[in-house]
Amino acid sequence: MNKHLEQPNDKIFFGFWVYLMTDLLMFAVLFATYAVLRNNTFGGISIQEIFDPPFVLVETLILLTSSFTCGLAILAVNRNNKNLVLTWFRVTFLLGVAFLTMELTEFSHLISEGSSFQASAFLSSFFTLVGTHGLHIAVGLLWIVTLLTKVWKRGLDSGTVRQLTLLSLFWHFLDLVWIFIFTIVYLIGGI
Amino acid sequence: MLELIFGKLTLEALPHQWYTLAGTVSIVLGGIAVAIFLTRRNLWRWLWDEWLTSTDPKKIGIMYIIVAALMLFRGALDAGMILVQQAFFAVGNAGLSADHFQEIFTAHGTIMIFFVTMGFMFGLMNYIIPLQIGARDVAFPFLNTLSLWLYIAGVIFINLFFVIGGDFASTGWLAYPPLSELEFSPGVGVDYWIWSLQISGLGSLLGAINILVTILKLRAPGMTLMKMPMFAWTSLCSMVLIISAFPILTATLALLSLDRLLGMHFFTSDFGGNAMMYINLIWMWGHPEAYILILPSFGIFSEIVATFSYKRLFGYTSMVLATIAITMLSVLVWLHHFFTMGAGANVNAFFGIMTMIIAIPTGIKVFNWIFTMFRGRIKFTTPMYWFLGFIGTFTLGGMTGVLMAIPAADFQLHNSLFLVAHFHNTAIGGALFGIFAGFTYWFPKVMGFKLNERLGKYAFWCWIIGFFMTFVPLYILGFMGATRRLDHYDPATGWQGLFMISALGVGFISFGVAFQILQIIISIRQRKQNLDLSGDPWNGRTLEWTTSSPPPFYNFAITPKVSERDQFWTDKTSKHAPKPIYEDIVMPKNTAMGIYVSAFVFLIGFALVWHIIWLGIVGLIGAIACVIIRTNDPETEYVISAKEIERLEIRNNIR
Repeated sequence: MNKHLEQPNDKIFFGFWVYLMTDLLMFAVLFATYAVLRNNTFGGISIQEIFDPPFVLVETLILLTSSFTCGLAILAVNRNNKNLVLTWFRVTFLLGVAFLTMELTEFSHLISEGSSFQASAFLSSFFTLVGTHGLHIAVGLLWIVTLLTKVWKRGLDSGTVRQLTLLSLFWHFLDLVWIFIFTIVYLIGGI
Repeated sequence: MLELIFGKLTLEALPHQWYTLAGTVSIVLGGIAVAIFLTRRNLWRWLWDEWLTSTDPKKIGIMYIIVAALMLFRGALDAGMILVQQAFFAVGNAGLSADHFQEIFTAHGTIMIFFVTMGFMFGLMNYIIPLQIGARDVAFPFLNTLSLWLYIAGVIFINLFFVIGGDFASTGWLAYPPLSELEFSPGVGVDYWIWSLQISGLGSLLGAINILVTILKLRAPGMTLMKMPMFAWTSLCSMVLIISAFPILTATLALLSLDRLLGMHFFTSDFGGNAMMYINLIWMWGHPEAYILILPSFGIFSEIVATFSYKRLFGYTSMVLATIAITMLSVLVWLHHFFTMGAGANVNAFFGIMTMIIAIPTGIKVFNWIFTMFRGRIKFTTPMYWFLGFIGTFTLGGMTGVLMAIPAADFQLHNSLFLVAHFHNTAIGGALFGIFAGFTYWFPKVMGFKLNERLGKYAFWCWIIGFFMTFVPLYILGFMGATRRLDHYDPATGWQGLFMISALGVGFISFGVAFQILQIIISIRQRKQNLDLSGDPWNGRTLEWTTSSPPPFYNFAITPKVSERDQFWTDKTSKHAPKPIYEDIVMPKNTAMGIYVSAFVFLIGFALVWHIIWLGIVGLIGAIACVIIRTNDPETEYVISAKEIERLEIRNNIR
C-alpha cells in the first residue's frame, strides 16, 4: 500500500477515545435517571424482585470472558496470526450473542409478567439503561461480523488492524459500562 | 393497510392554515426558481461535484454559513411576528391565535440557537481553524461532510411541517414536560422538534470531535498550545463543552421520545415519572450551550482587537486561563435556570455563587480587550465597530445576568421579560455580534475582496440602536411583571406603549439586516475596487493571512513552521523568505456518502415522527450499509505531486 494513503493512526485513536467519552456521558445520564427513578415503582415490582443473583452473575461472567477473548484476539493481531484472530473473535462473538440472548430473555420474562417498560418510571429507566447497553452490544456484534469478513478476505493489513484495535476498545468499554450496571443496578438494588 | 404504509400521516395533516400554506408556497416556489436557474446555467454537476460532495473544510464552512444565514432570516421573521403581535394585537382578539403564537416562539428559539448560531460558528471554525493552525484539512474529512449534512437534514426537518403538514411544537424551545408529553401535546409537533434536534445534534457532536482532534493533533510544527491564536483556543474550549454537553441532550431527548413513542414514564405526571429530572438534564446541556455559542465569539473579538489595534493581544495567558475557567464553571451552574424549583436555600446559594463567579474570568477578558486597545493605533473598521458595540452591550448583559444569579432576586424575575432581555443581550450582543464581526473580518480571506465599509457601519448603527430600543423596554416590562410568551394581556397593565417601542426597535434591526444584504450585493458589484491581492488585507497577525485570498484548496503549499505567538507578524517584520521546496500533498477525495447517510438518517427521523415502521427499517439499513461501504473504501485520498503544487503556486502568485 502507498505510504501516503495510510492514515496516521494516533488522530483516529484519539478521536475514537473522545467518542467513547461522549458515549460514556450518555450512559451517565441514563445512570443518573435510573438513580432518581429507581424507587418510583408506582406499586409495581422493584429491583429486588427482578434481581436473580445467579442469572446476572452468569451474564456478567459471559461478558467478562468475551472481553478476555477479545484481548486474546488482539494479542494474536500483534503476533500477526490471522487464523487465531478469527478464532478468538468468533468466540467473542458467540459469547456476545449468549449475553444478549440472556438479556432479552430477562426482558421478555418481565414483559410477559406484566412488568413492561410502561408499568412504572422505575421499569422505564431499568429497561432503557440495560437496553441501551444491550443495543451497544448488538452494534458491536454487527461490527465483529463485518470486520471479520474483511479480515477473512483481506488479511491483517494496516486498515483492518486499526479497525480491530478500535473494535476491541469499544468492546472493553461496553464491559466497563456493564460492570457499573451490575454494581449500581443489580448489586446495590438487590441489597 | 394505509396506516401500514403512511403511519399517522394522512391527508388531513397536509398544510391547511394560511401561514403553513404561505410557507409551503414560498418554499416550493423558491425551490423551483433555484432549480430553473441551475438547469438553465447547466450548473447541477458543478454544484454536486464542487460543493455538495466536497470534503474541503473551506467549502463546508461556506455552506454552513449560507444555510445559517437563511435560517437567520426565518428566525428573524418569527421574532418580528412575535413582537408585532405583542405590540399591536395583544389587546383584544385580533392577530395570531394562541397556538400559532406558541409555535412561532418555539421555532424562533430553536432555530436561532441550533441552526443560526451553531451553524455560523461551525462555518467560521471550519474555514478558519485549519488555516490558523497551519493545517491542510481537518482531522476527519468524511466526518466533516457528514456533520454538515446532518445539520442540513436537521434544518430541513424543522421546516418540514410547512410542506408535509402536521403541527409544530408549541411547547417553548426546550419542550418542558409534562406539557411536551403525549398526553398534552398529542400532535407530531414535539416529535418534529425532537428529531430535528437529534439529527443536527449528532452532526454537532461529530463536528466537535473533529475540530477538537484537529486542533490538538494537526497544529503546525512548533505551534504549542500556548502559541495558538485565541480563536483556536476558544474554539477548542467550545468543542470540549459540546463534547461534554451534547451527549446529555441526546440522551434526554431520547428519553422524552421514549415516553412519547413507547409509552414509557420518565417525565410523565403519572406512573412515577419525574418532570424535574428533564428540567435538570436539559439545563445541564443548556447552560454549557450558552458558553458553546459565546466562547468562539470571544475568540473572534480577541483576533479583531489585536489586529486593528496593531498590538499583541494584552494578557494572552490570562485570556487562556479565563477561557478555561469559564469552560469549567459553565457546567456547574445549570440550576440557576430554575431557582424557583424549590431545591432549598443551600443548593440555590451554591449555584447562585458559582454563577456570579463566572463574572470574574469574563471581566478579566473584558479588561484584556480594553488594555489591548490602550495606546494602540486603533483603526475603526467595521469589525472594530462590532467589537466596540459588543463590549458595551455584552457587559450590560453580563451584569443583568449576575443580578439574576441572586436567588432571591430571581424569584421575582424568573420567566419574566427581564430574563428574555438578559439572554438576548448576551446572545445578540455577544454571540451574534461576534459572528458579524468575524464574517466581515474574514470575508476578504474567503472571497478575495473586502466588504463595503460604509454600508457595514450603517448596518452596525441600525443594529445597535435597534437592539437597545427592542430590549431596554423588555427589561422594564420584566420589572413591571410581564412574563415571557404572552400573546394577550390586559390593557390595564399599561404595557402596550413599551411593547410598541420594542417592536419599533425590531424595525430598526430589520433596516440593519437590509443594509447587510445590500452590503454584500454592492460589495460583489464593486469587488474590483476592493480586491485583496496580498492575502493580508488588514495587516493581520496569524497564519490564515499568509495564504492567498481565497486560499488554495490545500491551504499551505509548505507547512508553516511556528516559533512565535503572532508568527505572521514576526515573519513580516523579519522579511526572511527562503526558496520554497515543495513536497507531495495528500488530500481527501470528495464523497457523496455524507449526503447518503444523512438522507437515510433523515428517513429514520421522519418514520419516527409519523410512525411509519417500514420506512424506519429502510432508513436504518441504508444508513448502516452506507457506513460499512464507506469504511471498506480503500481509496479515500489522492496525491498531488510537488510539481503540480509548484505550478499552482506560481499561477497564484502571478494572479
